[in-house]
Amino acid sequence: MLLATEQLTRRYAGLIAVDAVDLAVPDTGIHAVIGPNGAGKTTLFNLISGLTPPSSGRIVFAGSDVTGDPADRRARAGMARTFQNIRVFNSMSVLDNALTGLHPRLTASLPAIVTRLPGFRREESAAIARARAALGLAGLLTRAHEAAGALPYGDQRRLEIARAMAGEPRLLLLDEPAAGMNPAERASLAALIRAIAAGGTTVLLVEHDMPFVMGLCDSVTVLNFGRRIFSGPPAAARQNKAVIEAYLGPKVAARLGGAA
Amino acid sequence: MLAQQLLNGLLLGATYALFALGFTLMFGVLRVVNLTYGFYFTAGAFIALWLTQFGLSLWLALPAAAIASGGIAVAVDWLLLTRLRRAKADELTSLMVTLGAVLALYAAMTAWLGPDIRRLPPGVIAGGALEAFGLRVSTAQLLILLACVLLAGGLLWLMRATRLGLAIRAMAERPDTAALMGIATGQLAALVSFISGALAGAGGVLIGLNFNAIHPYMGESMMLRGFVVIVVGGLGDIFGALAAGLLLGVVEVLTAGYLASGLKEAVAFALLVAVLWTRPSGLFGVAQGRKA
Repeated sequence: MLLATEQLTRRYAGLIAVDAVDLAVPDTGIHAVIGPNGAGKTTLFNLISGLTPPSSGRIVFAGSDVTGDPADRRARAGMARTFQNIRVFNSMSVLDNALTGLHPRLTASLPAIVTRLPGFRREESAAIARARAALGLAGLLTRAHEAAGALPYGDQRRLEIARAMAGEPRLLLLDEPAAGMNPAERASLAALIRAIAAGGTTVLLVEHDMPFVMGLCDSVTVLNFGRRIFSGPPAAARQNKAVIEAYLGPKVAARLGGAA
Repeated sequence: MLAQQLLNGLLLGATYALFALGFTLMFGVLRVVNLTYGFYFTAGAFIALWLTQFGLSLWLALPAAAIASGGIAVAVDWLLLTRLRRAKADELTSLMVTLGAVLALYAAMTAWLGPDIRRLPPGVIAGGALEAFGLRVSTAQLLILLACVLLAGGLLWLMRATRLGLAIRAMAERPDTAALMGIATGQLAALVSFISGALAGAGGVLIGLNFNAIHPYMGESMMLRGFVVIVVGGLGDIFGALAAGLLLGVVEVLTAGYLASGLKEAVAFALLVAVLWTRPSGLFGVAQGRKA
């Protein structure tokens, strides 16, 4: 397993947002965490990426316990993520945004930067090449020198993915990547995610759009009210009574069950 | 006469700009109005004073005082603000904490050293004045100009042309997201504190040299000017602080030369009010966003 959570829990005053969730993400492929709004998906992502500390439970990434590690250490260990509400660096160019994503791979020390020795320059041009490759993957190469804040919405989403991919992560966490996209944009996003997975980066995405997930993912974990109610292949999720009830409510689910 | 006044104004303004650069950097990146900043200015001046009294050349005492002031800034920031940052306290809390701390620091220093004005050892900087085209520039003023150009240029280069600067800009805009990019924001915050404190310390040495007057509260009157410069230049804006610092120096010198030296500060603060009336985000400000 590349990533595993064990009994992971996050309580807020009067609310258990994530309730003893066991999640296992294999070394390869595309995997999803789905569930209705308010199921605790984004909180789970914040716990995994280190933005929110858990109330209890463990997180194991690439064989080591990262539960107590801050977000920047997890990023350097090979975890990258995007956000549901876009968080590109608006004041920077598209290329500079991608370069910030390379920070986990930065090895030059301050003296090396100041003296601009050949080793530093080599690293610098390699970094720009890698950032441009990530932009190329996301189809943003022609906009490399535009201001990131001025990009259209769909491109800002792709830029977040490019920035995350620039650091060549082992695990890419995508928080509702298809939110607000039209069908054509969704199709090209799905192709991008497949290309990323084919390149060897494991993808874990959060979505509440079931059709988007069904055609794309190798496995799904379903959350409802913070609890895991299902884990397995997407086709089985569609047949699962608990999952249907969570999405449609028990009454509609019963009526559908009667009709079938 | 006017040319000489303009030149003196620009030289004075260069030190204001240097001092304000660190202040605006601290505000823009760390998002605190840190009033202890003026203390690093005083500390830099006193450290250089002591080092030159021990016979060290000013060319060595200046960088040594800047580095020591940077170290003090890191320690003060860590002591005062780490807990507040963790608790995500609002800006008013950090303002009040640093106000209390800086008053305590000035008072303790005065109790220890006395309020007297001290002077650098005579002949601390060798050589007389240069004269060209009817303008006089003292060696001290040349040192001030050189230090300001080097430090301001170095800061701009670091921020705009290196990936360390890119990381600092990322942290200024979205600290959480920067951490998710693997940027060690805690270490970077300490580095920014160091750079800011070092700039303040260097400013203290240079102002001490320019007026040859060093005393514990010198940082306090400088802080008022620092506020004028960073607000007029646009909070967090490095280019703006440079331009506004030079402007303030020229305005002060011209006021003292052609009106009355007692009016210097009245004019300086009237300038602040006038700029904010007409351009609320500073001279070069855009309506929103922070720049570092």
